[in-house]
Amino acid sequence: MGRFLLNRLGLAAITLFLLSIIVFFGAQVLPGNVGRRKLGPFADQAAVDALNKQLGTDKPLLSQFWNWISNLVQGDLGTSLSYNLPVTDLIGTALLNSFKLAAFAFVLVVPLAILGGVLAALKRDRFLDRAITIGGLSLAVVPEFVTGIILILVFGLWIDLLPVSANAPDGSTLFTELKYLVLPALTLVIVLFGYIARITRAGTIEALDADYTRTAVLKGLAQRAVIRRHVLRNSLLPTIAVIATQTGYLIGGLVVIETLFNYPGMGKLIFTAAQKKDFPLLESGVLIVGIVFLVATLLADLAYSLLNPRIRYASAE
Amino acid sequence: MTVVQDPTAPISVPTQPDQARVARGERLRLLVRSPTFIIGCILAGMWVLCALLGPLLAPKNPQAADVLNKLVAPESGHLFGTDRLGRDELSRVIVGARSILIVAPLATLLGTILGTAIGLITGYYRGFVDEVIMRFVDSILAIPLIITALLAIVAIGPSRLTLILVIGFVFAPIIAKTVRAAVLSEAQLDYVQAARLRNERGPYVMFAEILPNVMGPIIVEFTVRLGYAIFAVATLSFLGFGADPSIPDWGQDISQHYQFINGGVWWAVLFPSLAIATLVIGINLIADAIAQTFER
Repeated sequence: MGRFLLNRLGLAAITLFLLSIIVFFGAQVLPGNVGRRKLGPFADQAAVDALNKQLGTDKPLLSQFWNWISNLVQGDLGTSLSYNLPVTDLIGTALLNSFKLAAFAFVLVVPLAILGGVLAALKRDRFLDRAITIGGLSLAVVPEFVTGIILILVFGLWIDLLPVSANAPDGSTLFTELKYLVLPALTLVIVLFGYIARITRAGTIEALDADYTRTAVLKGLAQRAVIRRHVLRNSLLPTIAVIATQTGYLIGGLVVIETLFNYPGMGKLIFTAAQKKDFPLLESGVLIVGIVFLVATLLADLAYSLLNPRIRYASAE
Repeated sequence: MTVVQDPTAPISVPTQPDQARVARGERLRLLVRSPTFIIGCILAGMWVLCALLGPLLAPKNPQAADVLNKLVAPESGHLFGTDRLGRDELSRVIVGARSILIVAPLATLLGTILGTAIGLITGYYRGFVDEVIMRFVDSILAIPLIITALLAIVAIGPSRLTLILVIGFVFAPIIAKTVRAAVLSEAQLDYVQAARLRNERGPYVMFAEILPNVMGPIIVEFTVRLGYAIFAVATLSFLGFGADPSIPDWGQDISQHYQFINGGVWWAVLFPSLAIATLVIGINLIADAIAQTFER
């Protein structure tokens, strides 16, 4: 177990290092002259030079990278150009909001999608199965803003049931806050249902076809007991992995949903930074999202190997 | 009872090209009979037609502003209503198919070619190069696709070419992973070993021997990614990073009329939304049908 953990941690550390190189390259090298890119072609050369000096982008690349990394490790993410606030504060608030929305969406979608996937597997190749898999995946590939807009039209305009902005007034109760989050969370449910259900279906079919299930049926166990004690335990393993990979998307990839519903999460923060060419905020935001994804994947690997000893032993060899 | 074979008689081996052709024909027959494939072709075909014929099909000039008739609800003169400048929404939806259907397929093609090359090289040579490239691929995949695209577009500035390059480059690692997995299992087979023993060069083995045999997963990956490319192009133009503000574009039209929803203007956002949804679903159904026939 220890070796498995070390192996995974090592891989994550390497990935993280490469990620920081890519982000640095994207935000500080690719734009060419960062100050010029931020201030536009008509800005005074002196102002551009001053901004580059303030950002440290006038120094050689290697020392820029070193400065950025060493500040990062000490928890100093620099100052946002557009808000004039420490990047750490901005990201802290946004991250908390993102976690709220993600948790709410997960609570809604995970049980629903697992139920759908298991049902589809039990009715394999029949109408219900095709409806769940094809319907689910078709809805999942529609861009979130299209799904969101149709939900807004239906529930916000035509039935007038739910608020179309995700921002609850200050000081509202948890219930009111949740009510404001229903539409964005519902959009996420529609996006995620297809993926999770499809993976659950595949896992369940594999478990249903396995020898141990055959044995359980042949020894006379009731169908309910077979499914609960033999099939589900094995079939839900891949589902854990897919839920973890979606965490990165939920924490940072909701640019569109957060913009559409005006919700101050990580996605919207990164998008605003991109619009305003706020490079310090942009690169830290992207890096944090990558870290969240890596941590989620690591936790999923751990959970997976705790539940399934075969993986643990296979990688320890 | 045993059959003793005359050792001098020529051994009849089923010729491979023949078998392959039969299998391909069978697969194609299954495909065109599948209802998901037919529905997908109708949905996507409709928009391809609009993209090709565009201005010929549109009842009005999609760019002609008419400020006296702005935000008119759907009626007989304007079946889909008019937008904030009084332009005919139906014409804009029809002509808007062109921009997205130029950018998305080109981006997917670029991503597939790059991804296939990377997948072949890493899967065939393995070792150190493979390790390094795969770690890079993993780290790119740790950031949500849309964020990577945003970062790149902000860094180099938006244009149609940028959109194609960015989406292509972002897709390449994902496609590379699929191709690499297929190549890894293929490289173990006898025909690859035989080619190696014949002393064939690496590029020949990769592109002439292995590539034709991993075309299945590549075709499936291409159609699946095409759906996501349309997703990405629509999303980026909704966010204001589209190709060109002067060309009718669904995502852009939605973002410009989103603010009018509270005033009851639903047509200017609903019709472009449905256009994007039907195009993506159509391509997804085609992809699903193709994947199903290859799985058999």
